Formats: sequence, C-alpha cells, structure tokens
Amino acid sequence: MTTAVARAALPSIILACAVAPLPFVLGGYALSLLIVIGLHAIAVLGLSILMGQVGQVSLAQGAFYGLGAYGSAILALHGGLTPLVSMPAAVALAAVVALALGLPAVRLGGHHLALATLGFGIIVFLVFNEEGDWTGGPSGTLGIPPVAILDATLATDRAYAYLVWAVLLTALAAARALLASPVGRAFRAVAASEVAAAAMGIDVARTKLVAFVLAGALGAAAGALYAHWLTFVSPTAFGFETSIEFLVMAVLGGLGSLYGALLGAAAVTLLVEGLRSVVHAVAPGATGWVEIVAFGLILIVVLLAVPEGLAGGVARLVKAVRRG
Amino acid sequence: MAAADLLQFVLSGLSVGGIYALVAVGFVTIHAVTGVINFAQGELAMSGALAAAVLAAAGLPLPFAVAAAVVVGAAVGLVVDRATVWPALRRRRMGAVADVVLILLTIGASIALRGLALAIFGSEPYALGPFTPGAPIVLAGAVVPRQTLWVLGLSAATMAALALFFGRTQVGAALRACAMNRDAAKLAGISPARMSALAFGLAGAVAGLAGAAIAPISFATYDMGLMLGLKGFVSAVVGGLASPPGAVVGALALGVLESLAAGLVSSGYKDAIAFLVLIAVLLVRPEGFFPGGRLRRV
Repeated sequence: MTTAVARAALPSIILACAVAPLPFVLGGYALSLLIVIGLHAIAVLGLSILMGQVGQVSLAQGAFYGLGAYGSAILALHGGLTPLVSMPAAVALAAVVALALGLPAVRLGGHHLALATLGFGIIVFLVFNEEGDWTGGPSGTLGIPPVAILDATLATDRAYAYLVWAVLLTALAAARALLASPVGRAFRAVAASEVAAAAMGIDVARTKLVAFVLAGALGAAAGALYAHWLTFVSPTAFGFETSIEFLVMAVLGGLGSLYGALLGAAAVTLLVEGLRSVVHAVAPGATGWVEIVAFGLILIVVLLAVPEGLAGGVARLVKAVRRG
Repeated sequence: MAAADLLQFVLSGLSVGGIYALVAVGFVTIHAVTGVINFAQGELAMSGALAAAVLAAAGLPLPFAVAAAVVVGAAVGLVVDRATVWPALRRRRMGAVADVVLILLTIGASIALRGLALAIFGSEPYALGPFTPGAPIVLAGAVVPRQTLWVLGLSAATMAALALFFGRTQVGAALRACAMNRDAAKLAGISPARMSALAFGLAGAVAGLAGAAIAPISFATYDMGLMLGLKGFVSAVVGGLASPPGAVVGALALGVLESLAAGLVSSGYKDAIAFLVLIAVLLVRPEGFFPGGRLRRV
C-alpha cells in the first residue's frame, strides 16, 4: 500500500521540486501566468480523464469552472462563509449538479453526453447573466474575499501560486492512484468497448458517471480558486469559448494523459498570451480571430496528425533519449 | 391574452422553426450516412448567410445571391468533409477512430470557420433585404412579414425535393444504402467516401439556403452559426436523429415553443428553451419522437 501511494505521488513530488522555486524567480506577469496555468491544468485534468480514459466528451467544463467560481463567491459574499469553507462547498455543489445532469445522460450511448453538456453549458451561462441579484448580472461580482488561512491572508500572488499548484499536484497524484485502481481499469474498458465492458460485469453508466462527476468537481475546484484569486468574476469567463479552450488544451496535451493535461494547459495558455501580444504588435485592428482560427486548426491537426498529443511526443522523446 | 397575440407568436415561431428545419435536415443526412454529428452545421448556414448578404450588397440580384449562398454552403460542407471526417474515417478502416475524435474534429472545423468569417467579414452584422419587399400581410389580426412566408415556402419546397431525391433517384438510394449499412453498400459498389462528401455537400447546400432565408430576419453575423447549429441539432434529436420528417416536426415545435416562451415568460431565457427541451427529451425519450425514419442507421 505504501509503495502504491509512493508510486502515485512520486511524479507530483518531482514536479513540486521543479516548480517550487518558480514563484520566487518569476515576478508580476509571469507569476500570474503560472497561477493561470495551474488553474487551467486542474480543470483540464478532469476533462482529459473523461475524454481520454472514458471516451466521453463534455462541452460544459467552462460552465463547471463558472459554477465553482460563482458558487464559492456567492457562499462567501451572501453566506458569510470563509473561502476555505466556501470553496469545498462550491465544489460539492457542482459535483451534485454534475451527478444530476450525468445521471440521465450517461445511460445513453455515444454522443449524448456531449449534447446534454452543450445545452447545460449554455443554460448556466444564461443564468449567470440573468440572475443579477446573486451573480451581479453581465457586469459580474466584485469584492470576493481572498483566501485566508489561520488569519494569514494569501494576498500575494506568490503565496497563491503555491496554493494553486499544491491543489494541482495533489489532484495529479490522486488521479494517478485512481487510474491504477480497478476504477481506472473500468474507465479504459468502457472507452475500449462499452459492450465488452458490460459483458465483463462493469456498470458502464456508473463508470461514465464517476468520471463525469470527477471532471465537474475538478472544473469547479479550479473555478473556486480563480474567483478568490481575482476577487472578481463575470460571466464572459465561463462561456462556451472557455469550454472549447479547455477542450483544446486536453486534446493538445494528449487525451487521457494526466501530465498531458498540464502540458496542454501550459502550451495553450502561453500560446494565447503570445498570440495576443504578437497580433497586437503586428495588426492592432485584428479582432481576436487569429486565436479562434488557431484553436480550430489545433484541434483538427493534432487529432489527425498527432492524436497522442504533447504528452505522447514527450514520451517518445524520453524513450529515444534512453535508447541513446 | 388575445387570440391574435397567440397567433402572432405561433406564426413567428413557425418561421424560425422553418430555418431550424433546414439546418436539422443536414444534421440528419450527415449523421445517417457517415455516423458523424456535424457540429459545424451552423457554420455552413453562416457561410450562406454572409455570402448572400455580401454579394447582394455588392449589387448582385437577389435570386443570384441566394443561389450563391447555396453553392457556398455546399462548397464549405465539402471542405469540412475533406478536411476532417474523410481523413479520420479513412484511418478508421485501418484502426479505431473513437466517436470522441469525430466529434472533436467537427468542433474544430466549426471554430476555424467562425474565426475565418470573423477575419474576412469582421464582427458587424450584414443586412439582406427581404426576398419580396412590401407591407406585411395581416392575417386574423396577426402581422405576417412576407419573409416568413418565404421561409415556410422554401422549407416546404426543400423538404419535398429532398424526399423525392432520397426516395426516387439512384443517388438517393445509394445514400440510403450507405446509411443502412456502410459495408454492405460498399459491396454493392457504392463508395462511402463519395457518399460522405455528397451528404456534406447536400447538408451544406440546404444550410446555405437556410442562412440566406434567415438573413433578412435577423442579419448575418460571423457568430450566428453557433446558436443556429445548436437549435437545428436539438430539433434533429427531438425528431430522433434519423428521420428528416421527424426533424422538421421537431424544428417547427421548437420554433413555436421558443416564440411562446419569449413572448409569455421571459425573453432573456429564450435560448435556454431549446436546451431544456433537449435535456428533457434525452431524459424521457432518448430515441426521439420519430425514431423509425427512412434514413435509418443500423
């Protein structure tokens, strides 16, 4: 048992050692990018497991990101909860929502979860915009309290980077342990063939549901962390485009690969930031189309040419280096 | 509420529903023939709408602009097939291509098309004049814009033409054969790749027409495809994803329901209606209301 725990935790510990000095080296903008990458990676991790390991598409990861953000913000602002309580509470609420949505959708085969989540994401976005008493409407909610641990407020980005990455690396280690367990084997059996998995005695619907709830909870966790970092949320951050962005990250990183989720999140976040500054310098009038076209083309090209994504590429590189 | 108001809501709902129907029929055709849910279907309609609006503004007579919309829609449909589905299905013959990959590919195509439209046409809305100008017709107290009649007429004519095509022509029969059993169709000398291209071209042409028909009602914008595609898709699911007539009934019902909800409840949540319907249908009747259509997949 202890060796299994160690095996699951080892890559996270190595990553932690690699990342630990970064908040002290990076400053200002680069540090905020590190936090954003961590947030994105948490959300993408759940999506990548759902799509790559279980073979189900969710088009609502941006909505779960928003449910976590708004949920925790509302519980903190209207319920008077401290963020350390409101964040897990919001994640639990989002998990219940995922359960309620997933329960009917996963019983059906193929693309039905993609469809149901598509509709769900749009409804959630409308609710964020329309229920102004709770959400502040289209202009958003200000003054969300920052995270405080034992009266010490994590007000600096440096402290917050450690919090976000601690959550991410813990989630990665837990996901690694999960995928090595019978649940993980059930995931892959369902992805390979639902019929064969059912014949082996695996409850296909329940397996899909577990992965979907997990994805929703991780998305909400990232969103809650996002809300208490920025202390401001508005609906535009949680629309269909955000769900697509997470999708692109998961595909580019390599579907189903845990560390691919991190690679994809980092690559797309940096790419978007890079594109923004390049486009701004080259053609100040360009209205964001470069980013949209790039997302579409990345999806198509990666899926057709390198379906194993960045994680597969890195694995191949490591193998080649080992062989000498 | 006066009966005239009710009639008004129903009529404007039917007009929107007619557009959804044209988009939905493309979904059904592509899904039946290739097994793919084409998330770029709305962008095919968007291509047609922008083409018609821009060409008409440049001085092309309206009938030619509408014809151009049909051609552009079909061409973009063919490009989507060749760039995404065709290479993936070709690989499927060698190994497994998961459904998840096919779905993600068409999502990629839809995003790329939306971005290209933004690059070429910008984000401003383009207007297109009604097909026949003139005062709206007053019918039992309800005001019916002439474009509404055009939409309903074009939808009905297209459905009739498609029914004849699928039912009475050799190519239509080949498409149906491919929908029933791709391998058996191949043994009979039908090329699935060609049928896939045909399905995408056909769906694109019909969607292009839908785009041109709705442009006079709601303008043409680069991002109109998302909602149009989603609504067409919900219509198709309500109809069972297999039957063109089912999709048409689903589309008209959805259009009327949306119009009634916007008029009677709240216009802010109008777009939520379609998705509540979708989730409700998935819950209580996942096979849709007309599962046994002619384009049946086995």
